[in-house]
Amino acid sequence: MGLACVPGALSVSCITAPALAAPMGAKMSRNLKTYFPMKGDEPAMNIVVCVKYVPDATSDPTFNESDNTTDRLGVDGLLSELDEYAVEAGLKLAESAGEESNVTVLTIGPDKAADAIKKSLQMGADAGVHVNDEAIHGSDAAATSLILAEAVKKIGNPDLILTGMASTDGVMGVVPAMLAERLGLPQVTLASELTVAGGTVTIRRDDDVASVTITASLPALVSVTDQINEPRYPSFKGIMAAKKKPVSTWSLADLGIDAGSVGLAGAWTTVESFAKRPPRAQGQIVTDEGDGGTKLAEFLSANKFV
Amino acid sequence: MAEVLVLVEHLEGVVRKTALELLTIARRLGEPSVVFIGPGADAAKQTLAQYGAEKVYRVESADVTDYLVAPKAEVLAALVASAAPAAVLITSTPEGKEIAARLAIKTGSGLITDAVDVQAGDAGTVRTTQSAFAGGFAVQASVTKGTPIITVKPNSAAPEAVAGAAVEQVLQVPISEGAKAARITDTQPKAASGRPELTEAAIVVSGGRGTSGDFSKVEEFADSLGAAVGASRAAVDAGWYPHANQVGQTGKQVSPQLYVAAGISGAIQHRAGMQTSKTIIAVNKDEEAPIFEMVDFGVVGDLFTVLPQATKAVNAAKG
Repeated sequence: MGLACVPGALSVSCITAPALAAPMGAKMSRNLKTYFPMKGDEPAMNIVVCVKYVPDATSDPTFNESDNTTDRLGVDGLLSELDEYAVEAGLKLAESAGEESNVTVLTIGPDKAADAIKKSLQMGADAGVHVNDEAIHGSDAAATSLILAEAVKKIGNPDLILTGMASTDGVMGVVPAMLAERLGLPQVTLASELTVAGGTVTIRRDDDVASVTITASLPALVSVTDQINEPRYPSFKGIMAAKKKPVSTWSLADLGIDAGSVGLAGAWTTVESFAKRPPRAQGQIVTDEGDGGTKLAEFLSANKFV
Repeated sequence: MAEVLVLVEHLEGVVRKTALELLTIARRLGEPSVVFIGPGADAAKQTLAQYGAEKVYRVESADVTDYLVAPKAEVLAALVASAAPAAVLITSTPEGKEIAARLAIKTGSGLITDAVDVQAGDAGTVRTTQSAFAGGFAVQASVTKGTPIITVKPNSAAPEAVAGAAVEQVLQVPISEGAKAARITDTQPKAASGRPELTEAAIVVSGGRGTSGDFSKVEEFADSLGAAVGASRAAVDAGWYPHANQVGQTGKQVSPQLYVAAGISGAIQHRAGMQTSKTIIAVNKDEEAPIFEMVDFGVVGDLFTVLPQATKAVNAAKG
């Protein structure tokens, strides 16, 4: 945060990050706050939310036979459900911070990935950035984090970068940590609660044995779990407003990334083969006629679980 | 033979079963060297030696333990540089995967997460097997750059006892200021349930919407089998059971010997978390529930009558 930006300062004067490369339009809803300056006692925040367009899990996702990559074109896709929590978290923070706050949603993917940006804009994000380049096809997590890092820098060093906890297709959950590593930012990940105040971000992170509180100074990278909030549905007004919001499309060249360092050729891992697991054969089904529990126990004994 | 680094999961020196699984896998690839971070190394040493640890690198600095993830990745990166290991093995917990992620970027190495099998390939390579798309696919992969960094799911190997020298070396790794940016300011331990940890358990009994919020019959059945208790997302979202027990895509992925789904319909979200279980049993009132398509044994019936009867029979059989 800029030194001039102390909590309680008039947020209009607090533009803490360089202006976004994407033009900031469509801020009608927030302009209302200009007339109610007591709202937003936190300085304005520039927030980038990283989102992913993923195959719909219910539409039989599969791999491409030719190169063992995830099939992103032949199946229906959507904004990864887990990223909706990050978009919601970003919108909530922007709403409670100064009125010059803005939320830019960033995605990488083929043409169809624009749907993930569209949904985020409908929810209320202000602008979109879509990194779209054929050479990206087949990128692994390391390459994905490289592209995201360069795009975040080009957007202009935001106060906060938000992500979901994992994608619903790859489910590795490693890109947030990689992105923090590449950007040299505090890694404040897997937040089930999130507050930002006075230039400090505080989260609650739960694991098996403890509930942990973590704090860091902004700027920071924060990933959120599906416990953090209840993502809003786009309103009719939001859907209409989204059509006028700016979306920038960048290529790898725009980001100064060598095409050979990403994609299948630049991957640090390789999928050698994949095989569809045979569907599990249905076993014995019994209907309870007063002895269902006994039969269950007999199955357990017969299979040496008891 | 090259070293294989194993980052040990432990609770104040009590070594978790996952660490013994990693030691067993490490021996397929080279000589296991344990990286032990935090207090309790003295207490852990005997167990580690019994499961084949040749070296134990000890790190106790508060610079490592007071901050989230990043310092641990710096410790491992220093070891990768000095020991030139054949691979780095880390348990697939959320923290383990994040440490592995940063280590991969620091060392320019390929990362494979959530392996369910790891074997030595040709010419010093490491081949892994993963499950993809809710367990619907088995994927063989390998690392093509740098040091293979692999996170391995719990229950991916049966721990085998083999004596190791467990030669200790205390490490002093200077931690950068940048890695000390996310400070752990408070830790609230969770009350222990007395049941096995969900991802490590040999048997898991889970309840869902069909419990209507009453998990007592699920818990009693689980206790008769010495099982961990899980819950579907629907049950967790309803506030009936803690999120830490959620089995599914956004909760824990479990792969026990036996999985019992009680009052769970078997949505894709849930299947993604338990489909690789060896044996699956379901109890559900709805004979059309998709869970029945994947079970080895199913009872169409009310869990509130079926489970207590089964609990009684199991307890009687145990004597």
